Amino acid sequence: MAEVSLRNVTKNYGALEVVHGIDLDIAHDEFVVLVGPSGCGKSTTLRMIAGLEDISGGEVAIGGNRVNDLPPRERNISMVFQNYALYPHMTVRENLGFSLLIAKRSETEIAQAVDDAASILGLGELLDRRPAELSGGQRQRVAMGRAIVRHPDVFLFDEPLSNLDAKLRTQMRIEIKKLHQKVRTTIVYVTHDQVEAMTLADRIVIMKDGDIVQVGTPLEVFERPVDTFVASFIGSPPMNLLEGKVSGGFVWITPDVTLPLPTVFSGKVAEGQRVTFGFRADNLMPKGHALTESGATADLSLTITLAEPLGAETMLLSELAGVEIQGKMLNPRPVSEGEVLECQLSLDHCHLFDTATGKSLR
Amino acid sequence: MSTIATDRNRLHRNRQRALSWAHFTGLFLVMCIICIPGLWIVLNSFRPTVEIMAKPPIWVPTFTLEHYRAMFGGAGEGGVPVFAYFRNSLIISVTSTIIAIGIGMAGGYAFARYRFRGKSYYFVGLMLFRAVPGVALSLPLFIVFARVGIIDTHFGLILVYVAMNVPFTVWLTDGFFRQIPKELYEAAEIDGCTRWQAFWRVEFPVARSGVASAAIFAFLTSWNEFALASQLTRSTGSKTMPVGLLDFTAEFTINWGGMCALAVLMILPALALTFIVQKHLISGLTFGGVKG
Ligand SMILES: Nc1ncnc2c1ncn2[C@@H]1O[C@H](COP(=O)(O)OP(=O)(O)OP(=O)(O)O)[C@@H](O)[C@H]1O
Ligand SMILES: [Mg+2]
Repeated sequence: MAEVSLRNVTKNYGALEVVHGIDLDIAHDEFVVLVGPSGCGKSTTLRMIAGLEDISGGEVAIGGNRVNDLPPRERNISMVFQNYALYPHMTVRENLGFSLLIAKRSETEIAQAVDDAASILGLGELLDRRPAELSGGQRQRVAMGRAIVRHPDVFLFDEPLSNLDAKLRTQMRIEIKKLHQKVRTTIVYVTHDQVEAMTLADRIVIMKDGDIVQVGTPLEVFERPVDTFVASFIGSPPMNLLEGKVSGGFVWITPDVTLPLPTVFSGKVAEGQRVTFGFRADNLMPKGHALTESGATADLSLTITLAEPLGAETMLLSELAGVEIQGKMLNPRPVSEGEVLECQLSLDHCHLFDTATGKSLR
Repeated sequence: MSTIATDRNRLHRNRQRALSWAHFTGLFLVMCIICIPGLWIVLNSFRPTVEIMAKPPIWVPTFTLEHYRAMFGGAGEGGVPVFAYFRNSLIISVTSTIIAIGIGMAGGYAFARYRFRGKSYYFVGLMLFRAVPGVALSLPLFIVFARVGIIDTHFGLILVYVAMNVPFTVWLTDGFFRQIPKELYEAAEIDGCTRWQAFWRVEFPVARSGVASAAIFAFLTSWNEFALASQLTRSTGSKTMPVGLLDFTAEFTINWGGMCALAVLMILPALALTFIVQKHLISGLTFGGVKG
């Protein structure tokens, strides 16, 4: 069993604190993704779990044992680096078998383990090459192979796909997911790409400026973002956010634009409170090109500034109260710039945040 | 239209050809400047003395081994203790190189990997040592060595050469270790290595061509050093080959042929060593383990 737990973990570089006391429990076999903008402390957190970075405060435990003072080699973890960090002077075979060689396993055992890993990752023909003779995707796969050979308790990934092109990234993403299904092991995965986070994670941990903002399943963080930061960070395109004021069952954005207060929030806001109204493109659709909604809707007439046909749907850009917003058209027809469309907003899926704190009011 | 295009092509081609000729000629001249003195030494070592001294020069050389024969001959007939000098040179150069590389590599690694107080001052300090001309040190060294009693010993010269070579080795290996991404030793540590193992199994092999070049430099510096060696050695028991060259100068004459012959013997091992080490190590140079 290898659950990972972080208790009030902090990291200081001199006087500068870059991770501010985070708590996190990762279950055995769980795939957890740390996601957040650049510089928010994801890598630092991961490296503290790995033992590559001193833990300034708090406690990290793997499998129930405190590991703060253990060197990386005694934590039974393996790590895939952003730049792969393959040993350039060794062949792929030697790279894969290196950890077992250091652990003084027998030759036959090493050969067996290397072959197993190679077959899982399809590295068969590459075994006698050097890293310099591999493509980016192949190096990536060798790096993963090196990680799985040892059957560690925990896999750590630090942006393993960010050096690959878009197509390969999608492909490797699927391979990583499959790998997790095959070798059921706890995985902590760092990325700044929210699509990667959504597709891979059992649970997503969203970080910002050295703090954890929200932890939840991909659907939870998508449907119930705790604040405007998560709302605009998760999901593509980002959530539309309009600032306004609560007034008599409505949210006044400007004197001309008012939106009905969704019923879920009716008891939770005060009259005159400044709020941010949020909704996703999926919940704003032209009439006749929308899902049949059962719940409450609001009607909006929107002048389209730009239409982006994606095939199965068309993304619509428009402006509401001076803010650029995005909607979506299903079963699309050609839309021209400047055209006015009657749209409906599905109120049951809308969000309301306190403007002052940014926190969700749900 | 097509003729204009072909004309332009031809023009282009001619210009390229002219450029590559200029390039070649330039390189040839530079190579001549570098190589001719060496070549001259080799040629002179095989020519009779009259021919060496001839004015105007004789362009078609006569071949003779007389200088070599004399050099290895008895002391009375212009012989010098070649083997003793060679042995001294070898012992002093090899030992000082090994020690300098050991210390210098450790230093270079520390500069590349660790942060410590006053790091940049240490570094500049090391470089400043190199800026002091060796001859300026010869008198103080002579006095100190004489007092301590290590004048005219292998040990004394080894000490001097280690001190001379360490700063340069530190500087060179620091550069090589700096080029190796730190993720490599981190990966090794995660793979189960101690810091020590990670160095010897991963970082050192990756940097070894750099370390080897540093070693060649250190070896050649010691092998060819004259100014200090000529002050600090006296006897056959410790004189190195460059100092041995002085044996061919008498009060009023210089035995150029003999000197050239000894110089050739001095150049050969250095050349061979450089060549072997270089060739062996460049082929082992394999980067590409990391991307980005
Ligand atoms: N050695 C260091 N000294 C001082 N500050 C550092 C050091 N290493 C990292 N930091 C700071 O710590 C913060 C977190 O860095 P970290 O590498 O964890 O970010 P990240 O979330 O991984 O970002 P990215 O997505 O760009 O990789 C950053 O603000 C960075 O400037
Ligand atoms: Mg990072």
